[in-house]
Amino acid sequence: MRLSYSADIKIIQVPCTGRVDILHLLNAIEDGADGVYVAGCLEGECHYIEGNLKARRKVAYVKKTLVELGIEPERVEMYNLSSAQGARFAQIANEMAARIKALGPTPVQAPLVKNHTAA
Amino acid sequence: MIVADRKSLEEILAMVAGNTKILILGCKGCVTVCNVGGLKEVEILAASLKIARKKAGTPLDIDINVLERQCDTEYVAQICESVNDYDAVISMACGVGPQFLSEMYKTQVFYPGVNTTFFGGATQHGVWEERCAGCGTCGIHMFGGLCPIARCAKSLLHGPCGGSSKGVCEVNADTECIWDAIVRKKMELGQLEDLMGVRGLKDWTSARDGGPRRSIREELVQGNI
Repeated sequence: MRLSYSADIKIIQVPCTGRVDILHLLNAIEDGADGVYVAGCLEGECHYIEGNLKARRKVAYVKKTLVELGIEPERVEMYNLSSAQGARFAQIANEMAARIKALGPTPVQAPLVKNHTAA
Repeated sequence: MIVADRKSLEEILAMVAGNTKILILGCKGCVTVCNVGGLKEVEILAASLKIARKKAGTPLDIDINVLERQCDTEYVAQICESVNDYDAVISMACGVGPQFLSEMYKTQVFYPGVNTTFFGGATQHGVWEERCAGCGTCGIHMFGGLCPIARCAKSLLHGPCGGSSKGVCEVNADTECIWDAIVRKKMELGQLEDLMGVRGLKDWTSARDGGPRRSIREELVQGNI
């Protein structure tokens, strides 16, 4: 469809969002991602029956954990769309990118190394 | 099996606030079965703590390991070479684990990562309920296979109290009145007579009330206890 959407998105393909684990989302945040979203099939249309439902529960768990850690839960989100919905895919990408831009960079930063002492 | 719930991240972070290198030690026993202290949960806790400390600007170096069980010195001994390399160790096992670890490694600090709660089983995926209070004198056969010691808020032995209403315990609307269930079951089986007699006083000395307990299989003990 050659639709443009935010270039700030790194796409990782999985056979089903049921494959996405809590640890994947937390590692992304730990490694400096400003936001992570999971785009799964429409509910009731998962080829593997319930993978997208499980993903939604995992995203909810990660949101709860982020709140406990003092990080905005809006940085992690679950979306549902059909693989035929190209325009919706682009819309979600732009929506999430805009949301993260509004939230600002991730509060999880590696400490800047200011003074290098030569070995 | 033994069921536990993970402590809050706030509480765990407070425990290791002054540390820079820790070990999180899981257990493949009960806490794996109730999804609170197995490999996956240990990894999730490690990631969560690292995120918190990275955000605070005081990074925490975390190693992870999972023992077969932490209630056996044979397995606890397996970490002898590295255990003292850490500022502290968080044990995700039930209350037995951190204690066995503390007894073997006297100079190391072991924090409990979970709150151990009860003996129970999974009634559905993700939900565990208490079934046993470890009273030491099991008599569930006298109550149709249901235990009023563990499942009645007052551990009554002769029937429901006045607070039992519509099969629900007055303590909590989510708690079924086990006496309601016991009486119904006995009625359905035509054995209500079994509940009619007055039982003798329960001997609570075999329970926690009698002090810390010990269980011995003499045929297995080598040497002296």
